[in-house]
This record gives sequence, structure tokens and C-alpha cells, in this order.
Amino acid sequence: MSKSDLSSQPTSDSDSSPSSDIRVGVYLCHCGVNIGGVIDMTEMVEFAKTLPDVVIAREYKFYCSDNGQAEIAKDIRNGLVNRVVVAACSPRMHEPTFRRILVEEGLNPFYFAQANIREHATWVNMYDSAGAQRISQDHLRMQVAKVRQLKALEPQIVMVRPSSLIIGAGIAGINTALDLGNQGFKVYLVEKDATIGGHMAQLDKTFPTMDCSSCILTPKMVEVSRNPNITIMAYSEVEKVDGYVGNFQVQIRRKAHYVDQSKCTGCGECALHCPVVVGNEFDLGMSHRSAIYIPFPQAVPGLYTIDMDHCIKCGICATTTVCEPQAINFDEVDEIETVEVGTIVVATGYDTIDVSHLGNYGYGRFENVVTGMEMERNLSSTGPNLGHPVRPSDGQTPHSIAWLQCVGSRDTREGNHPYCSRVCCMYAIKQARQYKEKHPEAECYIFYMDIRAFGKGYEEFYESASHEYGIKFMRGRLAEIQENPDKTLLIRGEDTFLGQPLALNVDMVVLSNGVEARADAGKIASLVTIQRSTDGFFMEAHPKLRPVDSLTDGVYIAGVAQGPKDIPDVVSQAKGAASGAAILMAKGEVEVEPYFSIVQTALCAGCRSCIGQCPFGAITFDSVLHVAHINPAQCKGCGTCVSTCPNNAILQNHFTTKQLMSIIEGVLGDDRVW
Amino acid sequence: MVETTEIETKTETKTEAEAFEPFILGIFCNWCTYTGADQAGTSRMQRPPNLRIMRVMCSGRVEPEMIIEALRRGADGVLVGACHIGDCHYVNGNFKTVRRMPVLVNLIEQYGLNPNRLWLRHISASEGAELTEIVKEYVEILKKLGPNPLKKHK
Ligand SMILES: Cc1cc2nc3c(=O)[nH]c(=O)nc-3n(C[C@H](O)[C@H](O)[C@H](O)COP(=O)(O)OP(=O)(O)OC[C@H]3O[C@@H](n4cnc5c(N)ncnc54)[C@H](O)[C@@H]3O)c2cc1C
Ligand code: FES
Repeated sequence: MSKSDLSSQPTSDSDSSPSSDIRVGVYLCHCGVNIGGVIDMTEMVEFAKTLPDVVIAREYKFYCSDNGQAEIAKDIRNGLVNRVVVAACSPRMHEPTFRRILVEEGLNPFYFAQANIREHATWVNMYDSAGAQRISQDHLRMQVAKVRQLKALEPQIVMVRPSSLIIGAGIAGINTALDLGNQGFKVYLVEKDATIGGHMAQLDKTFPTMDCSSCILTPKMVEVSRNPNITIMAYSEVEKVDGYVGNFQVQIRRKAHYVDQSKCTGCGECALHCPVVVGNEFDLGMSHRSAIYIPFPQAVPGLYTIDMDHCIKCGICATTTVCEPQAINFDEVDEIETVEVGTIVVATGYDTIDVSHLGNYGYGRFENVVTGMEMERNLSSTGPNLGHPVRPSDGQTPHSIAWLQCVGSRDTREGNHPYCSRVCCMYAIKQARQYKEKHPEAECYIFYMDIRAFGKGYEEFYESASHEYGIKFMRGRLAEIQENPDKTLLIRGEDTFLGQPLALNVDMVVLSNGVEARADAGKIASLVTIQRSTDGFFMEAHPKLRPVDSLTDGVYIAGVAQGPKDIPDVVSQAKGAASGAAILMAKGEVEVEPYFSIVQTALCAGCRSCIGQCPFGAITFDSVLHVAHINPAQCKGCGTCVSTCPNNAILQNHFTTKQLMSIIEGVLGDDRVW
Repeated sequence: MVETTEIETKTETKTEAEAFEPFILGIFCNWCTYTGADQAGTSRMQRPPNLRIMRVMCSGRVEPEMIIEALRRGADGVLVGACHIGDCHYVNGNFKTVRRMPVLVNLIEQYGLNPNRLWLRHISASEGAELTEIVKEYVEILKKLGPNPLKKHK
């Protein structure tokens, strides 16, 4: 018997051929002018009435509004309709809204289908009414056909563990951890580096208030380490994530420190004795550290780690005279730890844009051309020059410094960074002000395309930089930098205000380079199955209404990992992500769509083809009955097994073969006129 | 079935080809391509009015029958939209699709249909622009091919 023969066998999928008691109501939403301004809604209503089992077709300005919803509710309440199709925006937007009406009126929420005639028709055919109308009619045909086949389903309720995994411990991860920990939820804060803190730890002052970055960050870091609900897993990386909202199993690689973290007291004797000298990453190589190190003095946890890429295994640190507690262990190996959590927050931050490929600016070739972050360390009182910035070529105090804005950002020529990095204008002004405070006689120039001072207090900060500090703002884009024989720099470009060529000699140039998605963002996205936007940052579920949710239930995003932003915005977003995760965990349970698959035992031949297809191990073989069995709790509802089964024995709830085929038949019916 | 090959290779006159608006059935996975199509809409990326979209949770759910049925019923092209390899919301459903589709393309060819009547494309949730380009290109190709010959065999 062929597969198509079988599909006509009486199964629970096929015994539901639409009958006379199906009464479909079609509700055509204008969505203001978004739909109504492109296609003819009156004609759509007439068309809808010609479709099978449609008893009512109505149109309204906004069906998502109270009045619109009430109209649908009334028709259900009056017994006029028992299946609902709304032709409007994407179901990804309002399916839950409309399903709720059905529930409130005592109808099963799965007797609902939504025809997407906005995103998929009128918005992509704004100037072709006839074309948009054609597509809209077809989309309506498809959903009316589907709704006639839909079955009542019970929503699935799953428990949510009161624990959260946070990936990345910059200011975003730290704040999320504190907010969740303080509410009593268990938090695992995973950080790949040997310390928490992220980029903020490297900053000297923060715009626009000029708070000292360490002074506001380090107390938070300490608070995290003291919070009994938070487990810091520094020097660790997430290896694998299994499970689903409420119940994720996470494998974490705890990288070997080669220093027993339970014995290390952080006294630092080892580092003093270590003969190895390498560039310190924290200062971008501008200072040195030993092979056994902590990244910076305020690091949390402040315990030591051996950098095995540089350790020469001389063993000096391991002697009892150096390490009294005997914490050094060269034989330590990575360990895998598994934790179970209900929610996940991704807060992995950013990379700064690599500018070495921008040949015209000479970074890497000219000693006195530095990046924004290098200048940040140069200005920092904890930095390599203890807060007295020097010219890299000769260690002298520079008299003139120029900042070049939008290096890397708003640039599609090299690397793909069409976006604004949102922090560079402000950090350049901040750095110039800091330098002027130390050296009022210095000449500071900021070359910009336009200054973006959008935040609270930013415009005032910018104004005072030019009026009170005498920083010179020059509008123009620079073509190139040349190095003079004395290592000073000649900047050439065009002053776009005066429309004149421009040439200026300065002691030092700071390239205000922007931020980009981390190089391993793709890996993280695959691990937790979240999406990325065109710019490479993680994608939120809705740009306006769900800015911290990912498309995957139970996974949230916070901080620059989602897109460029400054610390105030990062912290607000972290609060948002914490609140999203807390809502789920406080409730303790969540409704998930019951789209799992079911084996129809009578049809299963026990061939086991499906078992190997399931990536979640949800299918087991019942050797007594000789049939496959799907565990609904483990099934995530992709339906791959359904399309694999040679006997059509598997049904996927809400996406049964019959239901999907009805969509095709509905739109390509025998009566279709070509 | 042999005769369809002949019909398929018959060249259309230009005016006929111009008037012909191909019917494309898009079968898109919820997480990437469907969302990408939403993004194309939100960004108002204009495309020719030829694509109808049906949603499945994963491209791995796409059954050969669905494609055959759509073509048998006269769709001029079927565009299966999946996540990029490695990005499937269900780990590797799209990998199975990638292996399944060439077999199907082969099959429809044996039935006398042009292999271009079935396309599989990987379009992510942020690739509305790519989707738009793909649809434009597909419409051009299908216009050149002319209507699905099976349409006349109802
Ligand atoms: C030069 C410069 C100056 C700036 N000055 C200011 C300023 O004055 N005021 C202001 O408001 N903003 C400023 N900013 C912006 C500020 O740095 C960011 O807004 C903020 O630090 C972002 O915090 P975050 O937690 O999102 O990311 P990050 O600070 O990047 O933190 C991410 C953390 O995640 C970790 N991580 C990454 N991947 C993984 C992984 N796979 N597993 C585990 N852990 C991982 C990282 O190691 C890091 O610790 C400046 C930016 C720059 C470049
Ligand atoms: S979810 Fe997109 S292909 Fe599997």
C-alpha cells in the first residue's frame, strides 16, 4: 500500500472532514491604512463569503483593539461562528491575542487561524493593489481551508525551574544576576574570562556624569560574589544546552586554572616570583603580567590562574615558600559541570571593531595612532601610565590629539557596519574632556560626521565640551593619516562645513572605533538556538514590544549582545531581561504550544526510521507492542519524524498532514481559474 | 508523462510570458524564513506579487507529498525556506531537508517538470532582503519557463 493510499485510511487525522457544523467567521482587519489603504476590503469581504463553510465575513479598522475583539467575541457568544480566521498582521504578532478571545468565549483556542495579509502581502506590494489583493485572497483561502481541519487541543503546561543561567558577566550579566539573585532565584553566572566585569572594568570614567567606572562597577562585582544565590562560574564556557523553556540542562566547561581555587588565597606571591613576562590583555598589551595572574587587581573572583600558553613550568610558584597553601596544580584538567535551569539570559557583550585593516588610518603602522579602548586605558589611573597619557612613540605628553569618529561604524565599505555604534561620539568627548582636565593647554580636536548626543544629559555634556573645555569639533570625514619623520601625524581630509580641504598636524590620533557582534556570536546563537539580526547582534523577538525576549521561549538577551548601547541602556535592558525571566520563574509554570507529535500505534509498523531522525531523543521503541512511542515532554514539535514515517503513522498536533495538505488544496483547488 | 517534457521545453511567445504571473508556494519554517518574510514586510521591501506563504514549524516537516501535490495542482514553483545549516531551531531538521530536496528535484524532473520548479533556500530571520532578491530571481526564472504544464492536465 502506498503512502497516499494510507492517508485515506480512517485515522484520527482524516476522520475530521469538514462537516456542516463548522461555521467559519472571517475577520478582515484594515490595520489602519496598512492593509485597508492597499487592498479593497469590501471586495475581500465578498470574496471571503464565497469560501467553504464561511458564514460571516466582516471588516474593521483594528481587530486587535477592544472594539474589534468584542465583535469577534459577540459572534462566538451568539453561536454564529465556531471557527475563527483573522486576516491581518503576522500570527507571530497577534495570534495569542486572538486565541485569548476564543478561550474567553469558551471555544478551544486552536480553532483559530490567522491569514498574514500585512507583512506578506500589502507591505511587500504597497504600490500594486491588484497583486496584493491576489496574495491576500490566496492567504485567506489557505487559512480558511486550514481552520476547517483544525482540532481542539489542550495547551501543555510545563514546570519552570526557579534557576537561571546567565552567559557573560559584563555589566549586563552582573545586573541581571543581582536582580534575579535578590529575588531568591538560583543564578549560575558563566564568564569565559578569569574575572567578571566585562568591558566596563576597562573604562576609566563614564559619560556623561564622569563617574569613575571602577567605583560604580567593583562594588557590584563584590555584591555578586557575596550573594548566596549566585554561583559565579568564571573561566568557564557553555558547551551544550538541552531541554526547553523551564527545563534546560546546561553543560559548562570549567577551564583548568592550574591553581586550586579552593586553596588559593589571592595573596599574589606567585605572580611576584613568576619569571615570565607577557602583555596584559586587560591593558591591551600596553602593560605586562606574569604567566600566573589575575586580570586586574579588583578582579572577582580574585584568585590566580596560570596561562599555560606562556607558562614555562619552572615550578617556582609551586614551591611552599612561594605558595604556602599549595594551591598550584599543573595536572589540573578541564571539568564539565551540568546545571539545570528554567531560564537563560545571554549577555555576552561585544568586540570592538578591528581597525588594522583600514589602511588609510595607519593603525598598526604608525605608533601614535591608537584605538578608543587603548586611549581609555591610557587615561585610566589604573592603566599602564597611571592616568598620565603619553604618546606611544616616545613616552612624552602629547600636546595635540585628534579623535576620528565613525571609524568602522556607519561604513559599509570595509566590514559590514552600516549601523551607528552609539557610544563613540560620547566616549570621544569624554576622553577629550578628561585630557583637557589634565592638560588645559592641550589642543583637542574631534572630527565627526554628526555628533549623536541622544541620552539624558548628553547634549549638555557635548555643549560644555566645546564651550567650557574648548574642544574643537571639526565636521568632516578624513581621507588619510600620514606619519611625519618625527612620528607626529598629518591628517588630511575635507572640512564639510567650509567645503575646503583640510590638513592638520597632531601628536596623536585616537580612532573612535565602534562595536560589533562578538566573533563567536554564531556559536552562542546555535547553542541556545536564538537568531541574529543582519548586523550580527542577537535578535529580539520584537524590536519594539519584546526587546529582551529572544524567539526561543525562556531565553532572554541583555546588553550590547543585542545591539550597541551605553551603560544606562545596558542596565535598563538587564533589568528587563531579569524581569522577563523572573515572571516565568515566579509563576513556576508556563503554557507551551502543544505541537508535539503522536504515533498512531495502529499504523506504526515498527520500522524505527523515525527514532534516528529525532534530535531530542524523544522517540523510544516499545519492544512489547513493537511500535514507536513519542514522549510529549521531550518532543519539541518540529515534525521531522512525521515527514520521515513511511506509513504516515505520526501526527503532529496542529500541523497534521491532512491540515497542511488542506492548505495546498485550498489555494490550488480544482475550481481555481488560472 | 513524457508529453509534459515537451510542453515544458516549448518556448512561449514574449507577450504570453509577460502576462504570465507565476504562482509560487512558499513553505517556510517558523523560526527563520517565515520570520525573515515578516521582516521583509516590516521593512517594506517590495517584491513581485507571486509568493504565497504557508508555515511549518521546521523545514524538516516538509513532506514530499506536499510538494508533489502543489505541483500536481498547478503551482508554478515551490520555494522551501529553511534556516541556515547549524541554525535550525530543532538542531538539524533542515539538514534532513537538504538531503531530501535533491531527491525530490530529481523525481519531478523524471516526471517531466523542470527542476527549477522546486527550490530550497536557506533564509534567516534577518534576511528579508535575501528573500526579496530570491523571489525576484525565482519569478524571472519561472516567467521564462512558462506555466506549469500540469495545470492543463486537470
Ligand atoms: C572605548 C569605549 C568607551 C566606552 N565608554 C563608555 C562610557 O563612558 N559610558 C557608557 O555608558 N558606556 C561606555 N562604553 C560602552 C560600554 O562599554 C558598554 O555599554 C558596556 O560595557 C556593555 O556591557 P555588556 O555587559 O553588554 O558587554 P561586555 O562588557 O562586553 O560584557 C560581556 C561579558 O561576557 C563575556 N562573554 C562573552 N562571550 C562569552 C561566552 N561565550 N561565554 C561566557 N562569557 C562570555 C565577556 O568576557 C564579558 O565579560 C564604552 C565603550 C567603549 C568601546
Ligand atoms: S527550524 Fe528552520 S529549518 Fe528547522
